[in-house]
Amino acid sequence: MTVSTAELVLDATGISKAYGAVVALRDASLSVRPGEVHALMGANGAGKSTFVKILTGAVRPDSGRIALRGRESSAHSPREARRLGLVSVYQEPSLLPDLDLRSNLRLTDTPVEAFRHWMGELGHPQLDLSTITREVPLASLRIVDLARALAIEPDVLLLDEMTAALPADLTEHVLDVIGRQRGGDKSVIFISHRMIEIAAICDRATVLREGVTVGVVDVAPRSEERIVELMLGKVDELPERTDDGARVAAARGADATPRLAVNGLGSGTALEDVSFTVYPGEVLGVVALEGQGQDELFDILAGAIRPSRGEVQVDGSAVTFRHPADAIRAGLVYIAADRAEALLMQRSVRENISLPTVAGMRRWGLINLGRESGKVRKAVDTLQIDARAGAEVRRLSGGNQQKVTIARWVTDGVHTMLCFDPTRGIDIRTKNQIYVLLRELAEAGAAILLYTSELKEIQLVCDRAVVIFGGRVVSEIEGRDADEPTLLRAAYNLRADAELPEETVAEAVTETPTEPEAPAETPLPETTPVESVPAQSASPETAPTEDDT
Amino acid sequence: MSAAAQPVSTGSSDAMDGVQRAVRHNLWTIGLLIFLAVLLVFTKLIQPNYGPTGIQGLAVSAAALALAAVAQAIVVISGGIDLSIGAMMAFTNVVAAQAMRYTDDTTGIAVAIGVLLLGLLIGAINGALIVATRVADIIVTLAMSFVWAGCALLVLNVPGGQADKWLTQLASGSLLTEWLPKPAVLVLLIIGLIWIPLRRSRLGLSLYAIGSDRLAAFRSGVSVGRTKIISYALAGLFSAIGGLAITANTGIGTPLPGGYTLTSVAAVVLGGVSLAGGRGGVFGPLVAVIILALIRTDMTFLNLNSNLATVTQGVILIVVVMLGSLAALRRSRA
Repeated sequence: MTVSTAELVLDATGISKAYGAVVALRDASLSVRPGEVHALMGANGAGKSTFVKILTGAVRPDSGRIALRGRESSAHSPREARRLGLVSVYQEPSLLPDLDLRSNLRLTDTPVEAFRHWMGELGHPQLDLSTITREVPLASLRIVDLARALAIEPDVLLLDEMTAALPADLTEHVLDVIGRQRGGDKSVIFISHRMIEIAAICDRATVLREGVTVGVVDVAPRSEERIVELMLGKVDELPERTDDGARVAAARGADATPRLAVNGLGSGTALEDVSFTVYPGEVLGVVALEGQGQDELFDILAGAIRPSRGEVQVDGSAVTFRHPADAIRAGLVYIAADRAEALLMQRSVRENISLPTVAGMRRWGLINLGRESGKVRKAVDTLQIDARAGAEVRRLSGGNQQKVTIARWVTDGVHTMLCFDPTRGIDIRTKNQIYVLLRELAEAGAAILLYTSELKEIQLVCDRAVVIFGGRVVSEIEGRDADEPTLLRAAYNLRADAELPEETVAEAVTETPTEPEAPAETPLPETTPVESVPAQSASPETAPTEDDT
Repeated sequence: MSAAAQPVSTGSSDAMDGVQRAVRHNLWTIGLLIFLAVLLVFTKLIQPNYGPTGIQGLAVSAAALALAAVAQAIVVISGGIDLSIGAMMAFTNVVAAQAMRYTDDTTGIAVAIGVLLLGLLIGAINGALIVATRVADIIVTLAMSFVWAGCALLVLNVPGGQADKWLTQLASGSLLTEWLPKPAVLVLLIIGLIWIPLRRSRLGLSLYAIGSDRLAAFRSGVSVGRTKIISYALAGLFSAIGGLAITANTGIGTPLPGGYTLTSVAAVVLGGVSLAGGRGGVFGPLVAVIILALIRTDMTFLNLNSNLATVTQGVILIVVVMLGSLAALRRSRA
């Protein structure tokens, strides 16, 4: 079990990185042995993306050291990392669309013969290298990108969710080729949301949680449970919900019409087949790992893109949105995670709140300022917006900005609200206010669809939750049952039945100490509340908006 | 784009295949050449004695703009835009004219080389500022256009100076037959000597790479910042050659930039270079320059107001680019 540091192919220790006030990584480490396929795991916002960027040299860490084959690495760019023996393949191919394939190979000094060999291994033997990359189907490009990396024969090959958007037959080829890498002296770091792939080809898994490496697990039957356990960490106690759900049950009565019904909705390959209903007075949670099609789902409902199949019904009649204005007219309003998508940052709170009302194309003439200011005052009071810096919205804190985006819809009464991770990067106090507000809106009769990357919000706010995996609804969970372990397991599509016997969880924890390299029971430092680490992996560069005030 | 739906073809590539591909990849340039041929026939129809003299005049008037268009094309292919090309041409033009006042033919050549190096340097300064400040290309080069125009006025505040005789001789007359004007041959030679080896080198590949997709280029190991600086330095070099062409053509230095900057952008767009970067070459813009110059000539032959020529150039630009994107749209839907 003990492998000395010198024998490790890659050894990263004590890596930390902060973007402004947002800590993305606190103490991340990763040791990869020769000839192993090593999984890097972590839930949304665990710091995985930042860690990958640091390993590949795209981002410099604040502290910590990385050694490749025992030699200190100081890669400051993917080019240097490549020279030191680490090559990465991402979900989106890093190929230049306007060059032909041969030029793309030449750009990375890839030997053509080796490339052809690996293309053959991956099931793509025939490929005309003078084809312009733009004209090659995307799935084939992902294979080209992988073959190009394999042909360089790097010491460490880092695969960052490259199977996430691959058709099943190609995934099989890829897993087969990667699996056969085991046992040599080259290693693979494998990142995937699919537990089944981890179980199939990985030797060990390193688990990140809130920017800290919390454990290393030998992959064996049932180790999925331990990995999930490590990703979850200590589950916070939640305040009791006061409502008993009777009101919602009544609203959902036999002859009730759902406010919003979605039937077999699909969009390209990202969103396969999603169906659900939301009734008036209900908050429906949407749970999904990153990139499972939830972005497309919300874009369709908000009128930003059109579905390639399926149907959306509002109040029982089918609708087609050609423009967000159509969705708004049908009563569907959209609250984005990124406030910059919704607000005019240089304009005032007043203008931002009244914009949807005054921007209607059929309203000409002057704005009734008296009525407008009355409405705005009401909104600011209702949502307790701290509008002292209201002359320019960009000077408000992130939480207050998000309140403004909600306020503009709430003042005229809201029918259906689509919230896409509305509390991302927001302080805890404002978060709680938003939870209360969403409940109040529901009790007043609104239907609310809430996607969130913070699983505990589901139990706090939602009446029901649907879990989306690979573009399909894989389970539906009642709000009171939707604790974090259940949701996370469902999100990884581990069990069809959401209930997991208590003993299994306990067992997984007690087993951990037998793994010498896994400090799995390391408690969270008391001084760092969960909220200090928002979903930074989604957009670390844009996250620290709160200290702009 | 039409190939997107069908599977990738087999590896066998015979000569026919190669020709087909060459045609397919250069459709735009071939279309432009046909347009130019039609325009030449039209010119001959309205002015039956259009001949060597006309071609000579066309070459002289188009040479400087052709070099400006190549300079712009290199930057645009790399994903940038350079609004200081006209000012750099004026600057190098007056430096050359002012210095050549005191030189003979031998030292004059040294001056010309010095001017080319100056072009490389000021272009590199443009690029380095963009990379270091991370301010948008369009803003930095707009600001620098004032700087270089100001420098030109500092060197020479009224038109003056003179060009060496060898230089003016380079830019007039013809070679072998009277149908081959010397400036045209020279421009083609210079572009061929610099562009063709560049296009085949790793550096040329990197220029297309950073224009095509910066992130993918970065991940493929291209040094994005350095390549960007080099693209602007090359634009500076071609601007300096353009400046020398003006010196040769007019025989003096003129400190005020002509309309080269915006016309070079027009020629680049008309020449099939995508303003989004990564696509096109320098020969399309070259043909576009000749077309733009010929339209102006035809307007004179037709005895129309020369201002109408400017309007016509604009209309043709819009119509051609619009037709091009319609064709691309149709192909991608097919």
